[in-house]
Amino acid sequence: MTGILEVRGLYKSFGALAVTQNVHLTLEAGARHALIGPNGAGKTTLINLMTGVLKPDQGNIFLEQRDVTNMSESGRVKNGLARTFQINQLFRKLTTLENVALSVSERLGKNHVFWSQAWRNSEVLDEAMVLLKRLGLQSDALTVIEELPYGRQRLVEIAITLGLSPKVLLLDEPAAGVPSTETPIILDAVDALGDDIAVLIIEHDMDVVFRFAKSISVLVSGAILTEGTPEEIAENEQVRAVYLGESLDA
Amino acid sequence: MTTKVYDAENPVVFLRDRTRWHWAEALPWIVAVAIFFLQPITLNLGVQILITIIFALSLDLILGYGGVVTLGHAAYFGAGAYVTGMLSAHLGWNEPISGLLAGATVAGAFGFATGWILLRYHGLALLMLTLALGIMMAELANVTEVWTGGFDGLSGIVIDPIFGIFENDLWRRNYYWYSLIATFFVFLACRRIVNSAFGRSLVGIRENTERMRAIGSPVHLRLVTIYTISAFMAGIAGALFAQVNAYVTLDVLSFARSGTILIVLVLGGTGRLYGAFVGALVYILVEDELAKEYPAYWELGLGFVLVLTALFFRQGLLGALESFVRFCKRLKA
Ligand SMILES: Nc1ncnc2c1ncn2[C@@H]1O[C@H](COP(=O)(O)OP(=O)(O)O)[C@@H](O)[C@H]1O
Ligand SMILES: [Mg+2]
Repeated sequence: MTGILEVRGLYKSFGALAVTQNVHLTLEAGARHALIGPNGAGKTTLINLMTGVLKPDQGNIFLEQRDVTNMSESGRVKNGLARTFQINQLFRKLTTLENVALSVSERLGKNHVFWSQAWRNSEVLDEAMVLLKRLGLQSDALTVIEELPYGRQRLVEIAITLGLSPKVLLLDEPAAGVPSTETPIILDAVDALGDDIAVLIIEHDMDVVFRFAKSISVLVSGAILTEGTPEEIAENEQVRAVYLGESLDA
Repeated sequence: MTTKVYDAENPVVFLRDRTRWHWAEALPWIVAVAIFFLQPITLNLGVQILITIIFALSLDLILGYGGVVTLGHAAYFGAGAYVTGMLSAHLGWNEPISGLLAGATVAGAFGFATGWILLRYHGLALLMLTLALGIMMAELANVTEVWTGGFDGLSGIVIDPIFGIFENDLWRRNYYWYSLIATFFVFLACRRIVNSAFGRSLVGIRENTERMRAIGSPVHLRLVTIYTISAFMAGIAGALFAQVNAYVTLDVLSFARSGTILIVLVLGGTGRLYGAFVGALVYILVEDELAKEYPAYWELGLGFVLVLTALFFRQGLLGALESFVRFCKRLKA
């Protein structure tokens, strides 16, 4: 079986800086895949390429066997590809509930309707509330995002994306900036996702990575250094070298 | 009034209450009717205020909700004014309501066509392009003198009595009501739109365009849609202007008109609809008073008010009022 999301021979440069170099990556349905690598390795860029925020210089992206390299960002979302942001991208002046309702409403195609009143979309609001509960945010439902502590905002970041019911979920350092007491909430929410949903997580905390991932890719200087099971990666000398900050002559 | 505490378990009540009609929303209409009977200002001035409100409301849809800054909105006001005027002057289409709708429809179609291109850009590029659009439209009207009357203006506009009964009398008694009813319908439409899911998605685009894209929102299409609606409403304002004055000059397309409407809206407060009412009322009254007293300096005074608004009342006069009310409530509590 081929993957639900496939990246083939992807290249991207910012001027002289080659940020993505011949990257191949396949996520099967139900994957729990971690993408690790030092800061500046090009992990976020890879997500931007997959989701269509950036256009690759070369290479292709397939979503359910379909070439989506030239599809718009919103088109890919409609086809089940969703991501969270490393740095929160929220609707800061709106309430938590509205933040999540916006994405649910978008998914259900309600955001085109400009005559009936938003609050009457009980289907949307009910679903948004369920999501808030799942992330322990129900007491913040009516709080404006700006007034929430950063850790809670981080949960909203994830709730918005879950509101899209993705088939492929790309999480860019979801736990960064979250107090360690709240990290399990995020992981539990991800664990609760269906077995058919493919999840890619970028994460620096190795405990989180090893708890979560069934497979791991290591990205260094824009290229995939190695791939394997968590055990294989843990024993890989090159990976250890990178994580110990030693120079790498590979 | 007591502050209601909302239950997070039932947030729908909160969202519903926020969009529900508040008693204070009757105020502008009471004032408008009172102006007719008491006439503290001339009805002619009243009509000007109403037209400005419609124009400012149209701008609020794209600026206050969609977050699109434009310096060329007079293009659509002017399109409505010229189309309605020319239909009458050249084709004898003198029936007012259909004439108004025709002008607005052409303005809306023009908004759709131009918006499709303009809204591919943002920031400074968009600002310059809207500015260019305004200038080009004014120049176009100038060179197509045969139809527009060019620099001399378009005369020969004859508007039939509304429903065959209500004429455009010199005191603007009938046209005051005509404009008021138009304002009311435009406002109702705006209010419905901004409280719809579509309207909320515009706020999403204003607040964070990148995230809206990431949740699958067709941002360009959404903006073009609201831009078209906005242009249609600006066209209504322009058409009314042409009918009231039975005369259209290049002034309807001037950069000054685009700039002024932006000032009016920012002064009143963006993204709250009623900012258009407050801004238009204050601006036109101040302009009228100051221009009478100090014809040479009044714009200086206006500039001063603007500087104050920009520095201290970012949310406009209405925003300042809201903050003040909130402050008083907190004092009481
Ligand atoms: N839009 C951009 N323009 C120019 N350089 C960029 C851009 N985005 C990222 N970069 C650079 O590309 C490199 C990889 O960035 P990023 O993908 O964010 O890495 P990571 O997420 O692995 O930390 C960094 O050196 C970064 O400065
Ligand atoms: Mg990153």
